[in-house]
Amino acid sequence: MNWLPLWITCGLITFAIRYSFIALEGHYKPPGWFVRWLPFVPIAALTALTVPELLLVAGQFNMGDNPRFWAGLVAIAVAARWRNTLLTIGAGFAALGLLRWLG
Amino acid sequence: MRRMTPASAFLLGVRALMPMHLGVVPFGVIYGVVALQSGIPPLAAFLMSSLVFAGSAQFLLAQLVGAGAPALLSVGAVGLINLRHALYSASVAPILHALPRRWKLLLAYLLTDEAYAAAIPHLIDNPQSPTAHWILFGAGFALWAGWQLATLAGVLLGAQLPSGLDLDFALPLTFIAIVVPMIDNRARLAAALVAGATAVLLAPLPYKTGLFAAALAGLGAGAFIGEKR
Repeated sequence: MNWLPLWITCGLITFAIRYSFIALEGHYKPPGWFVRWLPFVPIAALTALTVPELLLVAGQFNMGDNPRFWAGLVAIAVAARWRNTLLTIGAGFAALGLLRWLG
Repeated sequence: MRRMTPASAFLLGVRALMPMHLGVVPFGVIYGVVALQSGIPPLAAFLMSSLVFAGSAQFLLAQLVGAGAPALLSVGAVGLINLRHALYSASVAPILHALPRRWKLLLAYLLTDEAYAAAIPHLIDNPQSPTAHWILFGAGFALWAGWQLATLAGVLLGAQLPSGLDLDFALPLTFIAIVVPMIDNRARLAAALVAGATAVLLAPLPYKTGLFAAALAGLGAGAFIGEKR
């Protein structure tokens, strides 16, 4: 059972990070730069999660021989044009399937 | 501003999250398998999904425990890998400000990459809606339930999913579908380009610390150019 205290500690750390600013809201006045940075959180954080998934294969930069990169470009174009979640996912998977089939 | 009942807001969050299950469920099953292979008992592997509830951190924790790493290192690594969630916390804090504490505790527990990504476009559309928090709850609960079932399946079946199905590609595709329509000015484009390029450059850093640094770089770039209001 020595895993239980470790799980709980890791869970508390994770929870504390997620609760941090939610708990602080209203109890302090955030500095101006912080308020200016906040609107970019969804774009910056989600792009930072996504781009390595498209450009790295097993940790190595790879564009040419990397169907996920090209399928990702198709998905980006579809998302920009039609702004539809399911259409974007469908186009990305279709492009990936086609590239794998051709390749 | 649209008027939403709690139920319709909850369902909006659930629906926004559903496509991500294509990627999350296989990930959860694989987590269960990897945890067992690391020598973690089945019950412990399953309970980690509710006690820690953080996908990539759970993989790392399972591997560190399997490798016999010291507990302090494991705790520090989990903290580093989840640091980006502080940004989500800051982002949703103004929307949750007036809620009772039990709601804030619940939504903080459920605040993952996926739930945040699914809910945030709708939260931006309805910031003053009295039912906005139900959207985040719907997305968070849908992810939580899917993750518990998927890790349970991984622990019980203990078998690999057929590989080469590319189902994990659903997550980057969903994030693309969410982020791209948000990029409607130069500052936001700069935030995306800088965050993406920095994330690739810093990918070799341990415990995914590069992700947090890349997000910060993107925020700085966006704020530096500045949005016209």
